[in-house]
Amino acid sequence: MNSEGQARTVRHAAPSDAPFIISLCVLSGVYVFLIVGMLIADAAYTSTRDFRAIFASPEIRYALKLSLVSCSLTTILSLWIAVPIGYLLSRFEFPGRAFLDAVLDIPIVLPPLVIGLSLLIFFQTPIGRAIEGVVPITYAIPSVILAQFMVACAFAVRTLRTTFDQIDPRREQVALTLGCSRGQAFWMITFPEARRGILTAGTLAWARALGEFGPILIFSGATRMRTEVLPTTVFLEMSIGNVERAVAVSLLMVAAAVIVLIVVRVFGSEQDLFRGL
Amino acid sequence: MIAVRNIECSAGSFRLKDIAFEIPSGSYGVLMGKTGCGKTTLLEAICGLRGVRSGSIFLDERDVTRLKAADRGVGYVPQDLALFPTLRVRDHLAFALRIRRMHRALMDRRVDELADLLGIRHLLDRRPSGLSGGEAQRVALGRALSASPTVLCLDEPLSALDDDTRAEMAEFLKRVQQQTGVTVLHVTHSKVEAVRLADRILVLDAGKIR
Repeated sequence: MNSEGQARTVRHAAPSDAPFIISLCVLSGVYVFLIVGMLIADAAYTSTRDFRAIFASPEIRYALKLSLVSCSLTTILSLWIAVPIGYLLSRFEFPGRAFLDAVLDIPIVLPPLVIGLSLLIFFQTPIGRAIEGVVPITYAIPSVILAQFMVACAFAVRTLRTTFDQIDPRREQVALTLGCSRGQAFWMITFPEARRGILTAGTLAWARALGEFGPILIFSGATRMRTEVLPTTVFLEMSIGNVERAVAVSLLMVAAAVIVLIVVRVFGSEQDLFRGL
Repeated sequence: MIAVRNIECSAGSFRLKDIAFEIPSGSYGVLMGKTGCGKTTLLEAICGLRGVRSGSIFLDERDVTRLKAADRGVGYVPQDLALFPTLRVRDHLAFALRIRRMHRALMDRRVDELADLLGIRHLLDRRPSGLSGGEAQRVALGRALSASPTVLCLDEPLSALDDDTRAEMAEFLKRVQQQTGVTVLHVTHSKVEAVRLADRILVLDAGKIR
């Protein structure tokens, strides 16, 4: 039975999974601890009096209003641009596609201050001056939206590119055989299917826009009651040594971001959110 | 009638050359061949989803070689069915009719007619996610037949079904084809399926039709 060449059953005891699982938990735990710890420390540092003070300040109320309005406009603009670009990159092969793909990553990899500086310089060129002749942009409210848009849109494009990549193009092909034009196939089949990705891209764009500071500081300035958004408020309060108010405003931004994430999660899980689109 | 005359088409580095065959009107043609021999590429060329470099494709005496997929009047059921996840079964059956701006009452009548033909009336308000393999197959077939095409292209429609459902669906396909009079091109690699269904069997082997 045990002759040479005959296969033998080799007994083997697999090593314990515990070290692997424990490593995963410890490494994940360190990061989660830092995030939660940071927020708890912020909350512990402020008091209701600080919150009352920031809501009593007309400058901070203005910054809050401008932040909410500009972030929402930035999100709409970002989706308006990112949906077609994401779809184009996902579905079509054309000369220069790799170049376009690389160009769209520039706002993600560039330091935020450089984006602000580049925008400022662009609006000193003849084209920029011509635009300024029609709509004042630099150091005005449109500059806040444009600075937020430059970064937020790049993230929305990446998200939507992935979304469209994950949607089977075969469904569009079937729609074409049923009599659709490419546009009809997109609007009737792919767009409704991409709703969760669009919602995610919108959330990401909104959150990025809310936290944008560097480009706004350079391109829009930090003028109170004019181009001040919440991150600018944090900077201005810190610069005059009012740390408590800066932390309270930071927590306000955290709360706004958390509310948006919760709303998106709740609505995003509704199967029939966009029924009939 | 489906008449393919010396077409050349390609998918990536794969190329089909001088492919020619004819399936008479109202016949059930089965195209066989090994996996990767180009059956789906050929079917896509007929549907207008893949361009041809040379040769021509005639559907019912009409040269459709340069026509877009939307203008060919071909019903198409892909291998994975590609049902629309956001639409109900009723909307699948009405899809092609809505595109053609058919009057609402006529559209509802046609949807009911198709639902009865395919035995899916009880599924009309369901979405694809809850359908069994056989039910999904019927919905895909109904969607393809809704605009009354003269040609129906089926890409391995029975491959994902269990043996019992496959036999039942094969009979069903033949019955539907006889009732509607549509010319069918059915791609498969199953000889049993081919013998059971075909009026005409075509074999794609080494880039040639036999």
